[in-house]
Amino acid sequence: MKKDIILAGVGGQGILSIAAIIGTAAVSSGIYVKQAEVHGMSQRGGDVQSNLRLSSAPIASDLIPFGKADMIISVEPMESLRYLPYLSPEAWLITNTTPFINIPNYPEVENVMAEVRKVKNHIVLDADQMATEAGSARSANMVILGAASPFLDIAMEVLEKAIRSTFGRKGEEVVNMNLNALRIGRQLADAQMTN
Amino acid sequence: MQKLVLLGDEAIAQAAIDAGISGIYAYPGTPSTEITEYIQHSKEAAAKGIRACWTANEKTAMETALGMSYAGKRTMVCMKHVGLNVAADPFINSAITGANGGLLIVSADDPSMHSSQNEQDSRFYGKFALVPILEPSNQQEAYDMVRYGFDLSEHFRLPVMLRITTRLAHSRSGVETRPQREQNAVSLPTNLRQFVLLPAIARKQYKNLLSQQQALISESESTGFNIFIEGTDKSKGIITTGLAYNYLMENFADRKVPYAIVKIGQYPLPINMIEKLANECDEILVMEEGMPLVEEHLAGLLHRGIKVRGRLDGTLPRDGELNPNIVAVALGFADTRGEEIPAIVASRPPSLCVGCPHTDSYIALNEAMESYSKGRVFADIGCYTLAALPPLQSINSCVDMGASITMAKGAADAGLVPAVAVIGDSTFTHSGMTGLLDAVIHKAPITVLILDNSTTGMTGGQSSEAFGRLKDIVTGLGVEPEHIRILKPLRKNHAENVQAISEELNYDGVSVIIPTRECIQTLNKRLREKFKNKK
Repeated sequence: MKKDIILAGVGGQGILSIAAIIGTAAVSSGIYVKQAEVHGMSQRGGDVQSNLRLSSAPIASDLIPFGKADMIISVEPMESLRYLPYLSPEAWLITNTTPFINIPNYPEVENVMAEVRKVKNHIVLDADQMATEAGSARSANMVILGAASPFLDIAMEVLEKAIRSTFGRKGEEVVNMNLNALRIGRQLADAQMTN
Repeated sequence: MQKLVLLGDEAIAQAAIDAGISGIYAYPGTPSTEITEYIQHSKEAAAKGIRACWTANEKTAMETALGMSYAGKRTMVCMKHVGLNVAADPFINSAITGANGGLLIVSADDPSMHSSQNEQDSRFYGKFALVPILEPSNQQEAYDMVRYGFDLSEHFRLPVMLRITTRLAHSRSGVETRPQREQNAVSLPTNLRQFVLLPAIARKQYKNLLSQQQALISESESTGFNIFIEGTDKSKGIITTGLAYNYLMENFADRKVPYAIVKIGQYPLPINMIEKLANECDEILVMEEGMPLVEEHLAGLLHRGIKVRGRLDGTLPRDGELNPNIVAVALGFADTRGEEIPAIVASRPPSLCVGCPHTDSYIALNEAMESYSKGRVFADIGCYTLAALPPLQSINSCVDMGASITMAKGAADAGLVPAVAVIGDSTFTHSGMTGLLDAVIHKAPITVLILDNSTTGMTGGQSSEAFGRLKDIVTGLGVEPEHIRILKPLRKNHAENVQAISEELNYDGVSVIIPTRECIQTLNKRLREKFKNKK
């Protein structure tokens, strides 16, 4: 098993919590993990990414080579495109459709989505709206993780357990909110793939 | 053995706790900050009574650690690479005094300048000081090298440098820990003049340091952090340092490289291993995460020896960090780059947060400066450096910690009046106070804005030594009380803030304006915690 994942977003959007849950789930399954993060200046509203590598064999590099990523998981649509040179031809791009506009020259959102749809395998979802409708606006991240879950080679139960252990200290209410977000993301991905 | 998933920085911190340190001293700086934070948040470290202190700057951190080492206890000092410039005086001299309790200096380099002004390579400092350097290639090695580094330091009675880079500092992986050991008891050096660097003593100590070098090389040959890996294809041999080894391995799916490799993790360099490689192979390709230290060494000034390739001959780029693709190209493999980034993707530089007090300070400063020609504002290192970019475009310099005040004074001396300095509260206590004293003594016509957000913002909100003391410090340095102005940077106070800044720009002497409002990040964090506790 080998999954090389690029997590993308804008500083402050919380991509690291997605990485932490996948990482926890992988470690609990006895899978090797390496995860490179961005700290420091870029966290102030700049573009940020995390390279998350999972493998049943020991992993050499902390960084994913060009053209070898198995998926891009992005919480922001334009950011999902920034890492296309890393994506392998058969890989999946999973992205939120809600833009984070903090620059004056942000492109037209339709043009961004048109570029996203050029990627052969993609899942697009308005995670912010789905999370809000489910009554947990702050768990858009987990909706996106749910949408990416079919491609992770990690069982849903293991991901759910990782969510429980990560959010456990924040109380049962927060845990259930995030579990619910994970499930609606998964349902949407399943539906998009059968279409 | 316990297996934890840790950042490189955290592995170093946990290793230091387990190795029996009694204190860690540091000034925050990316990518080193998380080492000290981990120990500050560790219940284990608290139970053991380990001192975990932020200091005014890297120099005071280094000196405090040297004092703890003098008293016989193990101690670690952490900084980013440019922090070592600030600590260079005590660092270089600590090699001459030597250590008593184990003394480990962690310097975190930032090749590719993700969050820095330059990409200097700390190994040059280590070589310059003649101390052993350890350079891990992964999180487990980082953990293991800390324990070994303290043993090495206590065995040779020398400070030891641990050199890491951003990718290791900020990357997580599984780490197996080892049983904890006790801290040292207080014990003074057997020679109470060891730390007295009077010329007569320093000369003797320096000879002693030189005489240890051969033993340090032997140590490098035998510890296992430098290894020789045999190869079948003799057309080239490869030397890797730090993370370069991983990028090399990444390019061979079965991890079987046909070339012989010397994997470097400890300096001084293992001469026998390198000689064996040179004897066996037609040429040597040097892959270094950092500047070409080993390569320059091997190639020599006249390139008359063995054929050496690397960053100097263009086989690898001269600057920036390495990655698997750069190494692939150097090995002659195909570039695996996928689709290009679509042209519509705009760059998204970092920016000041919504609600940041600095924004209001700069908008007021910009307006007050409108009646003068451009190019008069000297700034410093921190979040507020982002005002160089649109939309604010307020500042004209960012060089090193504290340089705003001193550069403004120099420019004013040259006739650029008024000249303005902009510096943060934490940067001011790091290296701004001495420059302000210069300005006061010479009555320089400068206006200094100390942006007081009551924290060290850029690195994530660590405590600031200036907190609650700025006005007293500035008064104590001799700034006239009527030219110390405290402002509240809020939109509603804009007109009166512009007025105050304009008045001080007109004053023919040192003025200090202190816009004071808490960092929006630490404020939000504080309010969240308050809310949580109330619930």
